[in-house]
Order: sequence, then C-alpha cells, then structure tokens
Amino acid sequence: MDLYKLTVHELQDKLLAGEITSEDIVKSLFSRIAVVEEKAQAFITLCEETAWESARRIDQQGEYGGIKGIPYGLKDLFCTRGIKTTCASRMLENFVPSYESTASKLLNEKGGILLGKLNLDEFAMGSSTEQSAFFPSRNPWDWERVPGGSSGGCAAAVAAGEIPFALASDTGGSIRQPASYCGIVGLKPTYGRVSRWGVAAFASSLDQVGILSRNVRDCALILKIIAGKDPLDASSADIEVPDYSAFLDGEVKGMRIAYPREYFRQGVTESIRTAVMKALRKFEELGAIVEEVSLPHSEYALPAYFIVAPAEASTNLARFDGVRYGWRDGEAANVADMFSLSRAQGFGPEVKRRIMLGTYALSSGYYDAYYLKAMKVRRLIAADFAEVFRDFDLIVSPTTPTTAFQLGEQIDDTLTLYMNDALTVPVNMAGLPGISIPCALDDGLPVGMQLIGRAFDEATLLKAAYAFEQNTDYHRLTPVPGGGINE
Amino acid sequence: MALSPEEVNHVAMLARLALSEDEKTAFAEQLSLILDYVERLNELDTGEVEPLIHILPVFNVLRPDEALPGSSQEEILSNAPLVEDGQYKVPRII
Repeated sequence: MDLYKLTVHELQDKLLAGEITSEDIVKSLFSRIAVVEEKAQAFITLCEETAWESARRIDQQGEYGGIKGIPYGLKDLFCTRGIKTTCASRMLENFVPSYESTASKLLNEKGGILLGKLNLDEFAMGSSTEQSAFFPSRNPWDWERVPGGSSGGCAAAVAAGEIPFALASDTGGSIRQPASYCGIVGLKPTYGRVSRWGVAAFASSLDQVGILSRNVRDCALILKIIAGKDPLDASSADIEVPDYSAFLDGEVKGMRIAYPREYFRQGVTESIRTAVMKALRKFEELGAIVEEVSLPHSEYALPAYFIVAPAEASTNLARFDGVRYGWRDGEAANVADMFSLSRAQGFGPEVKRRIMLGTYALSSGYYDAYYLKAMKVRRLIAADFAEVFRDFDLIVSPTTPTTAFQLGEQIDDTLTLYMNDALTVPVNMAGLPGISIPCALDDGLPVGMQLIGRAFDEATLLKAAYAFEQNTDYHRLTPVPGGGINE
Repeated sequence: MALSPEEVNHVAMLARLALSEDEKTAFAEQLSLILDYVERLNELDTGEVEPLIHILPVFNVLRPDEALPGSSQEEILSNAPLVEDGQYKVPRII
C-alpha cells in the first residue's frame, strides 16, 4: 500500500485501526518526495528531523484521531518558530521567526506534523510560482506547465503525492487557481474566518488563510481546526465555527444555485465553459435548482484589484528596511541609501512592480482617483453578490479561464498573467468564501469549478462540493508524472 | 496615460527603491499599461457610493492590559543584519 496516495481520512482510519504508524506515513511521504521532488520542485525547506521526531513521539503515545500523526505542508509565508520562512524572497532568505502562525499552531496542537515549507511566487505575488526568487515549481500533470500560483508549491506537492494537505493564503485566487490547475480541492474561507496572525501580509483587506487538499471531506476537517476568533488577529471574526463535516451528506436537493453569465465570458475557453455547464447539469440531476444570473460589475473587479492589492502591498512591504530583519545592503554610507539599496536588492521584479504601482496610487493627489475609486467599486461588486444571495444559496463558475499554461509562456506579459485571476478576484473583493474542485479533464489537464458562498457559510459550500464529488470521479484522478492518469 | 521618467523617479523615491535605469524604463511602460487598464473604473458613476473599507462590521477590539509571554530580545535581534550591544546598528544618521 502506497500511503502517500491516501487522503487525511484514509490515513486517520488506518492509524486508528492500528494498521500503520505515523512513522510509516512520514517514511512513505519522504520516499515519494525523493522520487518526484526533482521534477515538482515544490519545497523550499524540508523538515525531516522534526517530522521524524514528532511522528515517533505521537506513535509512542499511541493515540490517534483527527489529524494526529498526519503530516502537512505550509506555504512558506507562514511563520514557523525556529524554521526558516522565506516568502520565496531573497529579502527573507535567512529569516527564522521566533513565533508560530496561529493556523499552523492549531494544526500542531492537534498533532499535525509539519513536513516542509512550500514554494510560492515571491510574497504571494503571481499566478505561476515563476516569480519565486528561488525556482519555479512544476505541474504534476505536465512538468512543462506551471502549477499555478501563488500557492503553486502547495498545489504541486498535494497533487504529486508529496503531502496530503497544505495550508496557504489567497489574496486574489492564490489557493483556488493552483488547485484548479493541479486538479485538487482549494478553499478560501470567508475573510476573517481564519486568523492571519503570523502569515506574511500581502493585501490585508483581501488576504485569507485556506486549505489545499485531495478531497472535500479532508478540507472540512481541517477548516474546523483552523477557523475561529484569534485575539492576535483583530480582523478574525467572533462567529461560531460549525462542525463542517456534519454537513457532508451528499444532498443538494432544493439548493438554489446561480451561475453568473459574466463568468462564462472573460476569455473562458470553450471546453472549460462546457465542462462547468455539464457540472451544473449534474447538480440539477441531483435535485438542485440551477439558474443563470448576472453580476453586472464583474468586469470591474480586476481593475479595482489592481489598485487595492498593490496599494496595500506597498504599505505592508514598507516594513522591509534592512534594519530589523531581511536583506541589508552593507555598502551604503547613509540610512536613506541603505533602505533604498536593501529593498532594491532584496525584492524581485514583480514585487517591485506592485510596490511602484501601489505607491503611485496612494501618492499625494492620486488617492481619490485610484484607491478611493477602487474601494467604491468594491462596494458595487459586493452588492452584486449580496443581490444574488437574496435568492440563491450558491454561485458556481469556472475557477480559471484556461487550464495550466506552459512555463515561460506568460512571464513577459503582465496583463495577460493577471487575467488568470479574473474569476477569483471578485470573491476576495467581496470577502466571500470560495472553493475550487476538479470537475473535468481538458486535453489531459484538470479543470476547476468554483463554488462561491455567503459570508461565513462555508458549510453550504462544502456540502455542495461534497455532493458533486460523491457523484463524480474527478477528485480520484491523479497524475502519473511524465504523462497519463492513475485511477 | 504614460508615466514620465520624473514620475517614475519620484515614486521610486517614495517607495525607497533604488531602481536601475532598465527597471525604470520597464516599469514606466508596464505601469502605464496597467493604469490604462484601470482607467475603465471611470466608466462607473460612483458619486453616491460609499467606499467599502471593511468587509465585516468592525468595532474596537479591547483587552485588559496584561503582560503576556512574547519573543525575547535575543530572539528578536537574531534576525537583524547588524547588531551591537543588544541594539540594531545602522549607518550614521547625525
């Protein structure tokens, strides 16, 4: 039995049945990593020593359940006490945090075992991991293609069997887009659902911590663990966290599902449109009521995001000054030059581009024209969703306009690259929960379907996603590195 | 709208980024493209629209003023590029 192929729940069952130990799982995953990591290039740091140690300790206690004894991965912008946290940037190449992010702390307290830190676009800015300062990760379905981004290392590792699940962050699609490209499940919860404490900030009004997993059931289990109010994150919501797993009954009978016509245009390929329409018919067969709706301001979400995200990023990244942590230019004769040179050397091109754009948008005389305007448009976008959710329980769309693109294909074309996020960005702008689940294969590459829910109604999202999964087989398809599909 | 070289210099100064000439040229072009794209927001009349600053209703978050365990000075300084006598060291300011 290849343990690396199993889901969290399958591993949990085997642990509880006494068939395997946590050490067996760690061993299987490291063996798998030894085989595929050369191709996948998903990990920035592997935590071999501490992973073995934790597994042995848990096995000695001999009690299992939940995620106890089960390994996980973290996007390398979650601060991990005593473990290097780079944000895939030269700026933080040697940064070792003295504290732990709340989300990873919660996993550790439940006996989750950190196996390693995963690659991303530098500071989560990008859609392919090609903006990582270290190396690009690759898509297990086709090693010549990108895994998506910014959480591409997480998605590649989960899809390649290197790790059963990972935590990541999503600012404009950074969990859902790579999940879509790699044929796995990716959940961005409601803004405020999960604490952002200890997660490097990109755009604070959009960032949310979420999950990449092999199926919906695992996702529900993990969300229950990491969700909730955290005194260390003032923006985390003090709203009850339900037992998400209890909602997974495979039923969507009577559920009202809307599909916005705008989300089937915006450069969406014919085969993706067809695949998602087919998935909608499946929901209908299962008893859901499916209707077309309009979200009229959809096309303005991306241009508004171009202002909001870089503006907030430019202020968040102002903390990198070469004084307290991070890269420092050692030659500068005065403090001002030390700041400017350290930042110029420590940040990569995409990060600089966004800092420049954000700084411009917030600079004297331009604030009203750009940031304020974008925040007003943001209200219109949120109002569109609110209007639809008066009559519907769920919105369904494609996750991305295309399937995974070739490495190098879009790297020089900034605007086209940003278009990958056209269908995911509006969800962040409105602060809503969204999940991407696999719903088809197009020419051997996974197609993702996005489900969008009401604020703090992840339960309905997961319920519907689970029902689809139970009645289809797409989540069981796994890539065979180098081509072909494993059932 | 096209960004002038002066504007790019000014923004780079505000952002404390010592950009190379090549970077300045590239960013002038790329930022102009993005700003052109963003222009389409002006198709919308937002005169009466309140900006959406907070997604969730927000209120002040208060807690008792109690000392809680945190990182030690040693831990905090361990990531600093240059330290002397338990303090950050920077080039001469005065």
